[in-house]
Amino acid sequence: MFAGLPLLLFLFSCRQNPASSTADSADATPVDGDAYVSASLGDASRINPVLSTDSASNEIASLIFNGLIKYDKDLKLVGDLAKSFEIKRGGLEIVFHLRPGLKWHDGAPVTSDDVLFTYQKLVDPEVRTPYGADYARVSRVETPDPLTVRVFYKEPFAPALESWCKGIMPRHVYGTGDFNSHPANRAPVGCGPYKFVEWKVDEKIVLVANPDYYEGRPRISRYIFRVIPDLAVQFLELRNESVDNMGLTPDQYKAYDSFFKKYNKFRYPAFSYTYLGFNLKKPLFKDRRVREAIARAVDKRELIDGVLLGIGSPSTGPFPRHTWAYNPQVRDFDHDPSKAQALLEDAGWKDNDGDGVLDKDGKPFAFTVITNQGNKSREMTAVILQSHLAKIGIKMDVRIIEWSSFLHNFIDKGEFDATILAWNTGIDPDQYIIWHSSQHGKGKYNFVGYNSPEADRLLERGRREFDFNRRREIYHRLQAVIQNDIPYVFLFSQDSLPVVHKRFQKVETAPLGIGWNFNEWFVPRSQQKYLSAQ
Amino acid sequence: MTGYLIRRVLLFIPLLLGITLVTFGVMQLAPGGPTDAMTDMNTKVSSEAKERLIKLYGLDKPWYVQYAHWLGRVVRLDFGNSFKDDQPVWGKIRERLGNSLLLNAASLLLILVAAVPLGVLSAVRRGSWIDRGVSLLVFVGFSVPTFWLALLLMILFGLHLGWLPISGLHALNHDEMGFFARQWDVARHLALPVLISAFTGLAGLSRYVRNGMLDVIRQDFIRTARAKGLPESQVIYKHALRNVLIPIITILGLSLPDLIGGSFIFETIFAYPGMGRLGFEAIMSRDYPVVMGVGTLAAVLTLIGNFLADVCYRWADPRIREGAL
Repeated sequence: MFAGLPLLLFLFSCRQNPASSTADSADATPVDGDAYVSASLGDASRINPVLSTDSASNEIASLIFNGLIKYDKDLKLVGDLAKSFEIKRGGLEIVFHLRPGLKWHDGAPVTSDDVLFTYQKLVDPEVRTPYGADYARVSRVETPDPLTVRVFYKEPFAPALESWCKGIMPRHVYGTGDFNSHPANRAPVGCGPYKFVEWKVDEKIVLVANPDYYEGRPRISRYIFRVIPDLAVQFLELRNESVDNMGLTPDQYKAYDSFFKKYNKFRYPAFSYTYLGFNLKKPLFKDRRVREAIARAVDKRELIDGVLLGIGSPSTGPFPRHTWAYNPQVRDFDHDPSKAQALLEDAGWKDNDGDGVLDKDGKPFAFTVITNQGNKSREMTAVILQSHLAKIGIKMDVRIIEWSSFLHNFIDKGEFDATILAWNTGIDPDQYIIWHSSQHGKGKYNFVGYNSPEADRLLERGRREFDFNRRREIYHRLQAVIQNDIPYVFLFSQDSLPVVHKRFQKVETAPLGIGWNFNEWFVPRSQQKYLSAQ
Repeated sequence: MTGYLIRRVLLFIPLLLGITLVTFGVMQLAPGGPTDAMTDMNTKVSSEAKERLIKLYGLDKPWYVQYAHWLGRVVRLDFGNSFKDDQPVWGKIRERLGNSLLLNAASLLLILVAAVPLGVLSAVRRGSWIDRGVSLLVFVGFSVPTFWLALLLMILFGLHLGWLPISGLHALNHDEMGFFARQWDVARHLALPVLISAFTGLAGLSRYVRNGMLDVIRQDFIRTARAKGLPESQVIYKHALRNVLIPIITILGLSLPDLIGGSFIFETIFAYPGMGRLGFEAIMSRDYPVVMGVGTLAAVLTLIGNFLADVCYRWADPRIREGAL
């Protein structure tokens, strides 16, 4: 009761004058305490950076484990457990120098041998990790002393550097036991900012601040991860202030301001884009003029307004706008239905029978676009595209298919005309496995059948080049080549829309998003909500 | 009787085999496989890594070999490990079994307590406004979508009135509470789910009771009971109700698997850590060992439920007892 009183007073004053809430000087000094409650749709499976693939497990693992290096807020690779690293012989050798005095949560020292152990598990054929490919290029790892790791590569591979962001695992905890089913996967021991406390399946996972963290103890005492599998209920819990953050959908973001009185809203571009991909093996789409006509028939502004309620930006290639690989010189195809019609006429498509649909050799211009079930924004995109194409005389049918069937019976087998999908792009721009001509075929990602010798060359050079400026040039060129070939119509990129409870201070957006400085977040003493039991 | 029981129990074996075989076959026919969730459309995962994972999980073998392996383990009561997290399937079931039992037993009890009097009342006052009111109530309960009702009540009791927590089974500080506070905490979390599942499940039992009662009270022995001057309450609750037991027993027998089964929608809405979510999530991620484990358990309980219902018939109704033996 007494603890609640100052909180109520604060909320009251906050309502009177929202701007004054952070101005209070007593509230501006960082203090320890309180808990951060996050909500997730699914429970974690294994908190083990080598094995985990789901976002829930990765979220927890990123708080418990650290990699040798990490991306800073401006998307630059900097040291993490390694205080520095050197790239030698054009990338054939990478040397990491560990920080001295690092400790695992159980007190044991972190050494280069743990790095070696993590590498060994990543390439162990018995370990059920999907991440082996990047590490298979390593020819050997040497640990001349406890603080030095030398990684040797068979050939230079630029994205390899990013792969050392992978959380380092403790050898002494896992020992020689079975790695896949080891109990430590459910009670992890790392060396990161938070220590594992408990896991109640399908309910919550609780972490506590690590007082011995190398950057200093995080301010927020506990991190509580709640599993709330329904989005509508998550939103109710948010309105009830029983969770502290949530990623909103555009319509939630635009809901009544009164819902978010206690929250700060953030908005920044996400690392993803939605596209319309053509099956280039179909005769219909072999002609570039046809693809350009479709690109020009699409009104991206209307798409973004309709699907994302205006919260997004048009895409002009496979790289997010806020990454260094993005080439601002690449022009978009202007929305121009008459130019589109002229192009189609050039290609021999005319409405000869007057039914409103173009035809050629007696066959109407009709195709089916497929997308997966359960993604409202893709379904809406399909319907809006349908109307855009109808305006230039193209009949596009929409078929929505359950994810697994969509992937295995249609995409994998090349049984589709066109598809609406999205890619989550990493921060590193290497997209060899999406665009290279060697990546056609079942289970591979160049399912549209894109085949360009120039793009192939650029993709190959891009992954061998460690010089930043030269590498950037390669990807700028690649974006121009791909955009010009139109294997996809790059539609739009959505924004991330997280909200965080107002009592958290120092929440700042950067190209990396929010949360990059989570260890500095704090709650002023007067507003702390969860009193720690310790 | 003993011979009958033994025959019934022996019949379980082929039935169970058939059920597990069908479950296994259906899962195999469903497109996609267990490693998809890890690898599909993940640009960090190469196609070689996909192949390797499929081998490691033994998914490259023909389906009948996989089924034989599974069966070989199950006869030794080993349900294997989940593909999702390499945890033993039985352990995963056990972690959630108690929660489901708690919720479903509470709601079944509430249904019983409410449905029998409601059914009797409707039958006795047939055609009156009470009968029509009760019918309307149970049919509204039957037809209303659970998730919708749940959301509305969450908004009312959780958000606006603040009387009850919105979702989950425990408060975040549950472990720091005293013994009685902990029970109270769980009760508060259970209130909405139990009420809603009882309300939406009321229709079946109350209608059976009503119709059974209507049949019975037209019969001669009831007239006799009334004629000999018994008070109406004795006629109804002692003489008539006993004869309505059969449908109740059937329904209760068939509810045995529901006791642990739970509903996926329900548990998802209430963020309730139960069996429904386990089973559904396993199906969606093609986690074969978990699907088979949950499926087998449900099959066993269904068979036991049917069996118990049959045995209880014999106990409750002398006509069946004598007719069959």
